[in-house]
Amino acid sequence: MLRIRRFEERCVELYSRTAIRGFLHLGIGEEACAVGLMQALTPADAVVSTYREHGHALARGIPMRAVLAELEGKLEGTCRGRGGSMHIFDSATRFYGGNAIVGGGLPLAVGLALADHLQGRQLVTACFFGDGAVAEGEFHESMNLAALWHLPVLFCCENNLYAMGTALARSESETDLTLKASSYRVASWPVDGMDVGAVEDAAMHAAEAIRGGAGPHFLELRTYRFRAHSMYDPDRYRDKGEIEGWKHRDPIPLTAARLSDQGLMSDEALERIEADIEAEIDDAAAFAEAGTLEDLADLERFVVSEAAGMGDG
Amino acid sequence: MSTITYREAMRQALRDALTRDERVFLIGEDVGRYGGCYAVSLGLLEEFGPERIRDAPLSESGFVGAGIGAALGGLRPIVEIMTVNFSLLALDQIVNNAATLLYMSGGQFNVPLVIRMTTGAGRQLAAQHSHSLEGWYAHVPGLRILAPATVDDARGMLWPSLEDPDPVLIFEHGGLYSSEGALTGTDGVDITSAAVRRPGNDVTIVSYGGTLRIALSAAEQLRGAGVDAEVIDLRCLRPLDTATILASVAHTHRAVVVDEGWRTGGLSAEVAARITEEAFYDLDAPVARVCSAEVPMPYAKHLEDAALPQPERVVAAVRQMGG
Repeated sequence: MLRIRRFEERCVELYSRTAIRGFLHLGIGEEACAVGLMQALTPADAVVSTYREHGHALARGIPMRAVLAELEGKLEGTCRGRGGSMHIFDSATRFYGGNAIVGGGLPLAVGLALADHLQGRQLVTACFFGDGAVAEGEFHESMNLAALWHLPVLFCCENNLYAMGTALARSESETDLTLKASSYRVASWPVDGMDVGAVEDAAMHAAEAIRGGAGPHFLELRTYRFRAHSMYDPDRYRDKGEIEGWKHRDPIPLTAARLSDQGLMSDEALERIEADIEAEIDDAAAFAEAGTLEDLADLERFVVSEAAGMGDG
Repeated sequence: MSTITYREAMRQALRDALTRDERVFLIGEDVGRYGGCYAVSLGLLEEFGPERIRDAPLSESGFVGAGIGAALGGLRPIVEIMTVNFSLLALDQIVNNAATLLYMSGGQFNVPLVIRMTTGAGRQLAAQHSHSLEGWYAHVPGLRILAPATVDDARGMLWPSLEDPDPVLIFEHGGLYSSEGALTGTDGVDITSAAVRRPGNDVTIVSYGGTLRIALSAAEQLRGAGVDAEVIDLRCLRPLDTATILASVAHTHRAVVVDEGWRTGGLSAEVAARITEEAFYDLDAPVARVCSAEVPMPYAKHLEDAALPQPERVVAAVRQMGG
């Protein structure tokens, strides 16, 4: 969690220095969701994510160097600089984006799970999306299809209470999102998304059930983002007191205090972790900065597969 | 040589693909128990079972997206959408995912998906079942757009589409399902080039899908008037086989584009623009277009007939060129 936090803080610096451009959505405050959830997945499982996915990508094991190079639009990035912050993909870890259409990733997750089901693989597809997605038709269509066909999808709703600037209560007639999933007969329950242990426990339980053939599960991870929706967002729609209130539940100090109380982590150890993280981020930043720009002659590569050789346009 | 309907040719192609490759499955609304909205998949449920002939609820975005996901997961889905108008409910998945994932992922994730759908008018189905929106899809990089106009293409285009590592959309004109033709082979056909369906010397008539028969009928009428028309069937709307069009115009020096889509911003505009850009000095007359009237398709037969390209309108367009 600390690694993700410090990485995103560095991203802010790089953004203000214009090394990163475009939309940059930070998940600061939401790290427990990514880290807790990933503990339940095996390398062969699949992940479908959103445009706020730096944490998911790092927790999934995509090298920080490649992630940061992608954010800087470099050839050495996960996607050769074609995707940027919102579109991180990685075939080695079965990480299928980085989807910037809210709700657009859910049908993909259903399909990936359908492929596993039809080919007899005992795998899980974890699909992240935000509370905003539950207002989209694709959420409802996907819940229905996954339940109807009994597919191994772990739906992970990161409910941070705001769809960009629209509060959940202003956009949903029913704000208990588990009820929506339950109405499709998808096993669902709420989870404290600020508690990494709680997320891990829930994810392990759900993933185990899914691997055992229990069909799709839905976790409503109740969380909060401490920063604005994106770097462009002046954050006019939230009460400052509300933000400060949630910061008391910051998952990182909470976890550090718990580990310290249990005698599992000393102050020195924490300092060492901080130093290791800083070194890794410095290395990634240097790697990204030294990265190259894709040759303009390759602008049209990968519009279609090269193996086909049939061209486009 | 056997005669066969377009519908039966499609069904044979599906059966063949399902038999040849375990990864192939068909998904869509009423493709199974009902037998397909246009009876294309009739009998396949009994033959291949409900896992591979998969009835889907009315959730176009959901099941098209599931097809994309299944393709990413190693399968070779064939997704059937009842009509092109309904495909607009899945436009997000087709344009934002199927067409972009390979590029956006820097070449990591290709989407070997086939989507079939019915297009076109002529059956008095009014303005939500009759439009020809394939030109919209042909606008999008990353998609291959096919329009089988003959039973050979109905039979032969599916397998090479499944072998294509990228998404292919096949547009089947609703007025063709019951048409009959001679099936000359059961092998896959090329899905990259246009075909000259009738050689001629005096004018090039460019058509595809449902307008091929209109172009051929117009060519017959013109023959009676001493005009020898060459008829091109585009077959593949993206990427366009510009070379075949230009080669024809180079010896006929005149061109008419017949498109059931609307004229404004449509596929006919693209074809006409390419001829103008690349063969301007070959032309003896401005490129003409015969398209659908710029109206939502009406129900009443006389109005629908008036809205659609007809052979007589093609003949009139050729006559206006003079020469």
